[in-house]
Amino acid sequence: MSEVKFRGAHDLPPCSISVTHELTKTGNWRNAKPVFHKERCIQCGICWKVCPNACIKLGEYPEWDMDYCKGCAVCAEECPKDAIEMEDERVMI
Amino acid sequence: MSTVKVITGNHAASFGARDSRAEVIAAYPITPQTQIVELLSEFCADGTLKAKFIKVESEHSAMAACIGASAAGARAYTATSAHGLALMHEMLHWAANGRHPVVMANVNRAMGPPWSIWTDQNDSLAQRDTGWLQFYCESNQEVYDTTMIAFKVCEQVLLPGMLVLDAFILSHTYEPVEMPDQELIDEFLPPFDPPYKMDLKDPHAFGALTTPEWYMELRYLIQEAHEKALVKVREVEKEFGETFGRHYGPLELYRCDDAEEVILIAGSTASTTKDAVDIMRKEGRKIGLARIKLFRPFPNKEIRDIASRVNKMIVIDRNISFGNQGIFFNEIKASLYQTKHTPPVYGFVAGLGGRDMKIDDITGIVKQAETCNIEEILWWGVKL
Repeated sequence: MSEVKFRGAHDLPPCSISVTHELTKTGNWRNAKPVFHKERCIQCGICWKVCPNACIKLGEYPEWDMDYCKGCAVCAEECPKDAIEMEDERVMI
Repeated sequence: MSTVKVITGNHAASFGARDSRAEVIAAYPITPQTQIVELLSEFCADGTLKAKFIKVESEHSAMAACIGASAAGARAYTATSAHGLALMHEMLHWAANGRHPVVMANVNRAMGPPWSIWTDQNDSLAQRDTGWLQFYCESNQEVYDTTMIAFKVCEQVLLPGMLVLDAFILSHTYEPVEMPDQELIDEFLPPFDPPYKMDLKDPHAFGALTTPEWYMELRYLIQEAHEKALVKVREVEKEFGETFGRHYGPLELYRCDDAEEVILIAGSTASTTKDAVDIMRKEGRKIGLARIKLFRPFPNKEIRDIASRVNKMIVIDRNISFGNQGIFFNEIKASLYQTKHTPPVYGFVAGLGGRDMKIDDITGIVKQAETCNIEEILWWGVKL
């Protein structure tokens, strides 16, 4: 999906739509990232369906668009085979 | 060949939705609206209308279902009244902010407590700032006509629209309503084809979170769409008039050509006011009526035009913004501020909770406006 850059109101779509543009880019909000275990995945597509940002692309296996994934962990929570784990990304200073 | 049916205001709304070819109808019953969706459910059941009827557990869900349907590219319709509309409040914002052109009939009913099922305008006017277009109808014919006008305007500007009719005075009263040929209607109102719609092959979340960097711009676009809607309403009403022979306009003028005074009112009371104007005209009074059909977007230009030609304006509100004044009264005064010719504007609050508004009430109000203090809120008919 190509990303669109905006200069002003008139470049915007009338309603904010996820994963096409910087309007909804929330990747840098993340505290934890999904780690995928392919061997446990049964390709049921539940993660794709429940992602509130629609940032999971469903090919043979799911792929996350990390520019938009905000680490909400809904996919990990809903995966019936625990094939998605959340890994802490916080950097302690 | 057009057909004429003698039907209630509620059924005029149902037929309006049927002939506008609504595709999804989601609704919850509430007096005095129930008949609207009752008849629509029958149309859906017997196949007269090829639409999906979704039964829901509340008005909040009814609007949510309409929003979903609209986002998927369907023409969505619902109807409600008073407390049902109030329960929808959150979803009303969602429909407008998400730019879903849902059309809804709202039967004007007074808010409780005390429980009331009779008409006044506080329910719809309380939704003033949700971003919905609001059309106030005077007759059953206008309810029918405005349904397709609303769909056409709303779908062009991607905003939802509410057509408003008075409880019982219109909703349960039978009047002849002319329904044009479906072919002509289809020509006037082509199928809904939104620029963005939900698509399983290209999934997105609609109304996704937006940071302060762009939120304000999306709001600016809604205001811009409202300004465009005002132009569209004028255009579409003109086209409707040319096609079907009936024209209303955002502000309908009645005997205003040489008027020195003008009464401003919305809803079915305008019919009574027309009779009152005729009587006062016979007595030699140069008086007219300006009926507010469109409340959002507000027809500022039309209001200023009529104000520039008269010496006195009398606004009758079947509503009140507690702690201030009648709502139309305030809107009209705001519209005139900083214009060159501003006649005195008198605001009366009358007919709340279905208190009958008869010809004598209108002539009485006009008479009282001769002597009353313009600074005060003017109540008509309160037993003190």
